[in-house]
Amino acid sequence: MGKSIVDKIWERHIVHKEAGKPDLLYIDLHLVHEVTSPQAFSGLRMKNRKVRRPDKTFATMDHNVPTINRQQIDDQVALNQMTTLEKNCREFGIELAGIDSPEQGIVHVIGPELGLTQPGKTIVCGDSHTSTHGAFGALAFGIGTSEVEHVLATQTLWQSKPKTMKLEINGVLANGVTAKDVILYVLANYGIKFGTGYVIEYCGDVIKNLSMEERMTICNMSIEGGARAGLVSPDETTFSYLRGRKHVPKGEIFDQYVENWKSLASDEDAEYDKVIEIDGSDIAPMVSWGTNPSMTAKVDGSIPTEAECATELEKESLARALAYMGLKEGQKIQDIKIQHVFIGSCTNSRIEDIRAAAEMVKGKQVHPGVRALVVPGSQFVKRTAEEEGLNRIFEEAGFEWRDAGCSMCLSMNADVVPSGEHCASTSNRNFEGRQGAGARTHLVSPQMAAAAALNGHFVDIRNLNKVEVL
Amino acid sequence: MTGFQELGGKAVVLDRANVDTDQIIPKQFLKRIEKTGFGKFLFYDWRYKAEGVPNEEFVLNKPENQGATILIANENFGCGSSREHAPWALLDYGFKAVIAPSFADIFKQNCLKNGILPIVLQEEEVKLLIAKGKEKAMILHIDLVEQKVTNHEGFKATFPISDYWKTMLVNGWDEIEITLQLDDKISAYEQANNL
Ligand code: SF4
Repeated sequence: MGKSIVDKIWERHIVHKEAGKPDLLYIDLHLVHEVTSPQAFSGLRMKNRKVRRPDKTFATMDHNVPTINRQQIDDQVALNQMTTLEKNCREFGIELAGIDSPEQGIVHVIGPELGLTQPGKTIVCGDSHTSTHGAFGALAFGIGTSEVEHVLATQTLWQSKPKTMKLEINGVLANGVTAKDVILYVLANYGIKFGTGYVIEYCGDVIKNLSMEERMTICNMSIEGGARAGLVSPDETTFSYLRGRKHVPKGEIFDQYVENWKSLASDEDAEYDKVIEIDGSDIAPMVSWGTNPSMTAKVDGSIPTEAECATELEKESLARALAYMGLKEGQKIQDIKIQHVFIGSCTNSRIEDIRAAAEMVKGKQVHPGVRALVVPGSQFVKRTAEEEGLNRIFEEAGFEWRDAGCSMCLSMNADVVPSGEHCASTSNRNFEGRQGAGARTHLVSPQMAAAAALNGHFVDIRNLNKVEVL
Repeated sequence: MTGFQELGGKAVVLDRANVDTDQIIPKQFLKRIEKTGFGKFLFYDWRYKAEGVPNEEFVLNKPENQGATILIANENFGCGSSREHAPWALLDYGFKAVIAPSFADIFKQNCLKNGILPIVLQEEEVKLLIAKGKEKAMILHIDLVEQKVTNHEGFKATFPISDYWKTMLVNGWDEIEITLQLDDKISAYEQANNL
């Protein structure tokens, strides 16, 4: 029987195995941010423990950094959290991309960008969207703060081997359908817990043809389906993305690495605990209408009705979601009016996302009454976009152009959607209150968000040449 | 953490599915750098109306539910963000166990590491508890060693837990301490793999 990439990475990382216990796994890369780490460092200090491998630990601040006027931070509690991270990194010898660093950005954007993320690595971070790094064929998953402390102290984690799921997407995506729509479609069809207990391996023609940025978007939202990790077997696309990045070896050693990485890809006859097949040609641009990511419909569709609900629980969830969202059952998706647009987050804030959105808005104007924000995923993405003149395209169209951070993805900083207002957002969670108390989030692709910004409501970007764009 | 073999106490019903950690503890409270003091912010947006006025309709605010130590909820409890502030808030509020038909993976781990018992019961059993608990306040008894949930009215259910976690919780062991005893093995692994 062949092995899947998960089997291979797992085997290579077992430090200790004992019957009746989880395996003790070695962790190759530990990413740290300001929100989920302070208590872990305090824990170390209390017990007089050291960080075992500061050289395999990398920190940044992203969750509550301001994306405007960075020199002047008014929120004292947030500021305290940032300076605490600075202090902790200094004391324990950890490299930090702080607020002034040219490398600063959302932890899941800068890991790949700096080449810290590599195939075959075990990668953890106190953040559930660590699954993003799986796009490189790494086993990457989110952990809690106790586990952060454990990894800091021991560079290992006790883990039971998860089940494996193969999610195969074949066929061809229609024009205007993006990686974001693929994962939203999966969630709309399989729900928010189909992946619980599994690692999802994404494969098939559609995945093979995606860029690294697009693969990251899909792996990123594995957790929205309940899966702690999602990954893609590494291939030429992966290797060429990594070549020349800061933390990736160069020359001959790189070639040796590539040979090793190639051996990680799942064998043809690998077995999985579960297999799902999807026809890529059925996927449309998707828009979430409810309060979890599975409450999502095709842009040319409508919100479900109570009569369509299979169970009482579903009926209640629908009613609760519609009450919160201020929407009606059966309402057409394209009739939903929006007041805010957020292009950003670890799901969709990489240079390709910014370019795709810029393409849509070039020479056009944001709809009156819509406030639109572009928040690049990293300062590096920001600089690249500025070199390409994309910031000017956005600003001339009426978008705000910001510094890098999580921003309106979770609105821990000042970027908040007011209560009762609708936001077309390229982020990953539409939970109640996520973008601010009472805020109403609609998850979409960057292209769909850009089109919504110009029109004040959702439009089917597949028909854009037919739509009157203001 | 102190170990325990059994728990007993008042159970309160939160009859909702897919309760995410953003609801358990909203992001504005994640800026603190301590582990304690999160209890007053538990379920904040549901527990309070605007300007911090308690929402009397919310289960935790009902007089008969004061002092509850066991939370009963519906499927997929704790989904979403990995924030350990969620179990910290539950613990600080006074909860020692959560009963549901299913939990999200990371949340479940986070509970165990903080000594909160995440108890998975069959859907039918949870339904029964939810129905009973909604009628009147209910006292439950949890036996970790026997892996049983019971009450005085004859309710009886067993729950799964790995031997590993049972041992850890019963003894109140510190996982890091245990791992550090394997330091030689970790070093050997690092050497063998040129790390
Ligand atoms: S962008 Fe959003 S989802 Fe991603 S790490 Fe930041 S807060 Fe979490």
